[in-house]
Amino acid sequence: MTSKQNTPERGTNPPLRPARPAPESVQRSWAGALRQELFASPTDGVVSLLLIAVILSAAVGLWRWAFGQASWAVIQVNTTLFTVGRYPIPQQWRLWLLVVLVAALCGLSWGLLRAFPRADRGGELWPFNDRLTVALLGFLTAWLPAALALAFPLQLRWWAITALLLVVRWLAGRWGRAWPPRLVKLVPLAWPLLYLSGMVLIAGGLGLPRVPPSEWGGLLLTLLMASFAILLSFPIGVVVALGRRSTLPLLRWSSVLYIEFIRGAPLITLLFLGQNILGYMLPGGWAPDRVWRAAWVLTFFCGAYLAEAVRAGLSAVPAGQLEAARSLGLSMPMALQRVVLPQALRIALPAAVGQFISLLQDTTLLSLIGLLDLLGTARTVMANPEFLGKNAEVYLTLAVLFWCCCAALGLGSRALERRLDPTHSPA
Amino acid sequence: MPWILQAVVGLALLLVIALLVGNLVRNLTAAGLLLSWRWLGQPASFDVAESLIPFDASMPYWRALLVGLVNSLRVILVGLVGATLLGTAMGMASFSSNGLLRRLARVYVEVIRNIPLLLQLLFWYFVVFLALPNGTAAFQLPGIVLSKSGLYLAWFAQGFSWQGPELVNGVWRAPLRLSVEFTALLTGLITYTGAFVAEVVRGGIASVPKGQWEAATSLGLHWSASMRSVVLPQALRVIVPGLNSQYISLAKNSSLAVAVGYVDLYSVSETTLNQTGRALEVFLLLLGSYLIIDLLISAVMNGVNQLVQIRER
Repeated sequence: MTSKQNTPERGTNPPLRPARPAPESVQRSWAGALRQELFASPTDGVVSLLLIAVILSAAVGLWRWAFGQASWAVIQVNTTLFTVGRYPIPQQWRLWLLVVLVAALCGLSWGLLRAFPRADRGGELWPFNDRLTVALLGFLTAWLPAALALAFPLQLRWWAITALLLVVRWLAGRWGRAWPPRLVKLVPLAWPLLYLSGMVLIAGGLGLPRVPPSEWGGLLLTLLMASFAILLSFPIGVVVALGRRSTLPLLRWSSVLYIEFIRGAPLITLLFLGQNILGYMLPGGWAPDRVWRAAWVLTFFCGAYLAEAVRAGLSAVPAGQLEAARSLGLSMPMALQRVVLPQALRIALPAAVGQFISLLQDTTLLSLIGLLDLLGTARTVMANPEFLGKNAEVYLTLAVLFWCCCAALGLGSRALERRLDPTHSPA
Repeated sequence: MPWILQAVVGLALLLVIALLVGNLVRNLTAAGLLLSWRWLGQPASFDVAESLIPFDASMPYWRALLVGLVNSLRVILVGLVGATLLGTAMGMASFSSNGLLRRLARVYVEVIRNIPLLLQLLFWYFVVFLALPNGTAAFQLPGIVLSKSGLYLAWFAQGFSWQGPELVNGVWRAPLRLSVEFTALLTGLITYTGAFVAEVVRGGIASVPKGQWEAATSLGLHWSASMRSVVLPQALRVIVPGLNSQYISLAKNSSLAVAVGYVDLYSVSETTLNQTGRALEVFLLLLGSYLIIDLLISAVMNGVNQLVQIRER
């Protein structure tokens, strides 16, 4: 093993493409590139200098404020409040256990995804079939923000959890191929199982003492609401989208009515409906908690928007696909399930993830109806005389947190999109 | 077979609706709140901080709701114009020959889109605008003064005499004063929607074939001239439908005004509910108002869309 570069890994295939010369832009000198980018013309030069001055002064101002005037004690003191709200302290180990499990499963799935690249499986995405892929997608989008947000480095244990995620990912990526295929196929099934056991861990039951929804708060409530709504809105969106394209007038019109009703109203008026009117509409004595009412409103809200995304995906699938499937003798539900929906959902994926991202952001509206989500908790903290006037610190921290979650979801969606694209050749 | 399915679904839907409405009627009757509009004529007995039409606490509820609607429309209209200007500028900037400007436009879009609007509104109001200095220390530009108590602008005072803001006994006076709540809400809505409009504009410009740019340049047109008279007119066909949905979401997002204390339609409705308990009527009015606003925006934008489409001969 003298020249490692010349030995192809695993000793089978030669490199797919010959080495290309670096593109022109890389060859150009550093100073030349800078001049081309910033000072191509006199106008560009003036604009660049002005912008550099503005950026520098803003950066210096922010730096001075963040490390001089700002006092970050309001964040440090209230970390627990921001993450789990008023969840009883003796029961908090349940949440930590859940975070550890999520991190481990995230690492495992991520590692296996890397271990089985598409090219090796004859065009298959990974060794799971399409329906499981869709299920996995749903659960991953639900829990990805959780894992990422909870990895926000506030305390040492966050680092430990992040390390766990990465170690499991590395192990799975290294030896995943050697595992029995049967075991690998069980991984996607672990996600719904984890979600259900997560709900039990959080809410109680099966011998664990009950913790009522009114005691869930902070980031925990935000993520619970977002993941609940994302998971349940997905089937609603698919069914309503199919209903809207149905040839049966009753199905079509009720779907249209639902979509237009929800999309015509601002979310806050729907939350108003949930908090003030829903109680009158349900059978006497059966009044769900305020938290659950808000969760259902979010779910139906997201479902209507998702239905439109799925509908766009459905109309992008050529009509010949359904006709071909039908002429092969597949029944209508089978043709939809096996041929049309997988293609439509793949097309709808970017729009759907965009919807999930905005749903995560919309959970902040819960603070306007008095629930203690992340923003609601922040507002109670700032009302505390001890932390009066610490608005900037709190809002900036929240903004960074939300930004990280949403940007990560967006990046993940783009990566997934590339993987699911049948025309994309693995690099 | 499909008709049986339809009948089953129809029956199930009817059953659910009958159950919900039946319960609603029974429970509302029991609470003495069955649908009625007579309370709209009773005095509202609450005051509204700012209003374009005359209002005081002795006026009826319908008048208070109208004040809220007018306030909502005001913020929506100004917001639409502002977001369009900002978004178009940012969308065009992402095609600039200046690398820094181009990247800055991207950073603006990526930062703003990934932070909840409510958080941004609270930030503008509590962190930026309420921390502004007052009196002589306020920010002053010719014709514009920005202070903790609002934005003061020069305007026509009487007839055609132009009058700027002036300091009278330590308090700013100007013919046109925007409250700090309105200014904060407007700033938040414009910067937020502007990022989405920028994406729509960027997509529209990107959809114009590159040859059009090259042809315009080879005719000797400058960057701004080719943008204005060759690229943008073609890009508009793609941009206008996208703008429509951004405008509608701006209109709906204006209901977050309640978080920064600006009295809009939702805010008045909430106060009305707290005083009268008339949840159903208030909700129906809210829903109807936003529906009409949505339809108006859509109608106008569809008209604009017809104007910019290619007319085949």
